[in-house]
Amino acid sequence: MVWLLVMLALALSPLYASRYTIILLSTILMNVVLSVSWAMFSGPTKYISLAPAAFFGVGIYSAAVLGTKLPMPAVIVIGGLASFCLAILVGALTLRLRGIYFVMFTFGLVELLMHFLLWFELNINDTTGRVVPSLDNSTVFYLMLLIFAVLMLTVYFIKDSKFGMALQSIGENEEAASHIGINVTALKIVTFGVSAFFMGLAGAIMATRWTYIDPKIAFNPVISFMPVLMAIFGGMGRPYGPIIGAAIFSYLGEFLITKFPYYYMLIFGIILVVAILYMPGGLVGLAQNIRNQYLRRRHAHS
Amino acid sequence: MLVTILDVLIAGLLLGGIYALIAVGLSMQYGVARVLNIAHGEFIMLGAFITWSVYTYCGINPILSLALSGPIIFVIGFFLYSTMFSRLRRIAPTPEAFEGSSMLACFGLLFIIQNLAILIWGADMKGYSYLAVPINFAGAKFAANRLVTLGFALVFCIVFYLFLAHTRMGKAIRAAAQDSAAAGLMGVNIKHVLAMCFGFGAMMAGLSGTLISMSYNVQPTMGLEYTMIALIVIVLGGLGSITGSLIGGLILGLIGSIVTYIEPGLSMVAYYVIFMLLLLAKPTGLFGK
Repeated sequence: MVWLLVMLALALSPLYASRYTIILLSTILMNVVLSVSWAMFSGPTKYISLAPAAFFGVGIYSAAVLGTKLPMPAVIVIGGLASFCLAILVGALTLRLRGIYFVMFTFGLVELLMHFLLWFELNINDTTGRVVPSLDNSTVFYLMLLIFAVLMLTVYFIKDSKFGMALQSIGENEEAASHIGINVTALKIVTFGVSAFFMGLAGAIMATRWTYIDPKIAFNPVISFMPVLMAIFGGMGRPYGPIIGAAIFSYLGEFLITKFPYYYMLIFGIILVVAILYMPGGLVGLAQNIRNQYLRRRHAHS
Repeated sequence: MLVTILDVLIAGLLLGGIYALIAVGLSMQYGVARVLNIAHGEFIMLGAFITWSVYTYCGINPILSLALSGPIIFVIGFFLYSTMFSRLRRIAPTPEAFEGSSMLACFGLLFIIQNLAILIWGADMKGYSYLAVPINFAGAKFAANRLVTLGFALVFCIVFYLFLAHTRMGKAIRAAAQDSAAAGLMGVNIKHVLAMCFGFGAMMAGLSGTLISMSYNVQPTMGLEYTMIALIVIVLGGLGSITGSLIGGLILGLIGSIVTYIEPGLSMVAYYVIFMLLLLAKPTGLFGK
């Protein structure tokens, strides 16, 4: 019920909200999509993927290459599918990698794609950047909202299904999971692919807002870390944790950048470190702790 | 033709010495303290800026400033481990969870250090000229400062290796690397040793920063590229192995200089291809078991 109201309020917002609010909401939705789709794979399986920037960047480049040749909805879907295919390939290659090796491989992927494209664009295509045809603000917003809705439905159906339970068991004990007959390999690869699909979609849409892109913008390594940090900031214990984390984080970023343009990144870093040190369960975990303490105290008094 | 080969070889060795030195520090930090320090390059940048500042404002010889950048950054590293990382280590439910959370904390640290540096020194590229005289060796030409850099890099690696092999502290560090719980039971003050270890890793980064500033321009955002190179080297040489980092660094330097000779824009691409192939085929590194 709450969900429906939130979606309705968001869907009608272009009617009453200012242009600035719509742009801000699109950014927030983009971060939410990235962080929720990151958590979809990495939350239950506990594999920390630093590849979001790669999938996001593939989406961006799909929009840049095909933007003038095909209608926009097709371009966006192709962006998602391209990311999906890349993720399936990477997933199949990295089956044996665990822990920190998986982290390093996924981060290496981002850097490899960026450096390769830098060289390729300059030496083969003789350009540095590309222009993406732009869409108007409310179209970008509605597309983001649509992706968000589809993503939330996917997450909702996975969570309590047999599929979701099996995914959870991989994170708890991968070997035991494979012994009780779960096809660990296929499950990991498909989920990784689906999460990359949504990141690719988000990338293709955001490209239309930036209008000019180059490999350094499209494959910015910071985009790999942000979904991870936002999800952890919100709390991985509950499905709405990454949503809250991403929403507050992006709003905070926007607020800091306008109020303290010079100290913005510094304050951001400090908040990050403090959150990791003092809120290991994220905002959701913090809220639960406070609630538990309150209940215990009331219990003790009565 | 022969001169070209010599040129490429020497350029590779000069580059490789730096790569080895920046990797040794990261290898220590990950191999013993289990912190994959994404902010490693930021310590390199700090070392470089300390040297640049004292040379530009006080005229202190860059080589003498090694005695300044090393200790200052050691203290920063030691302090960071004793406060931040030891807390993360305490609250982490499993060692794997600590590796994840400490890496993310390092990412926050990267932002903090980089932006403090921008506030202090500005975002522009800076440089100074020191020993930029050309040396001619059997037809191959290179700047004298690069030779100084390589010399110091090798000396630091060797001294550090001897320190680990022969001193009491070194033995405690190696014991902690093998099995920190057992070493703790044998009377090693684990928290102190790990903090020292992280401090030494940061110190190596600071020293290499000073050396790098002699032959390359410096900039507050230069860190991440060096971090990535150090990461590639330690995967090449095996995570946690000091000799592996040294040899891995030299190999990567040679590869870099050969690729640069063939197609200048592709050296980073080649590094990442090697890195990822290695992770897939032999994640324990070339010399790992």
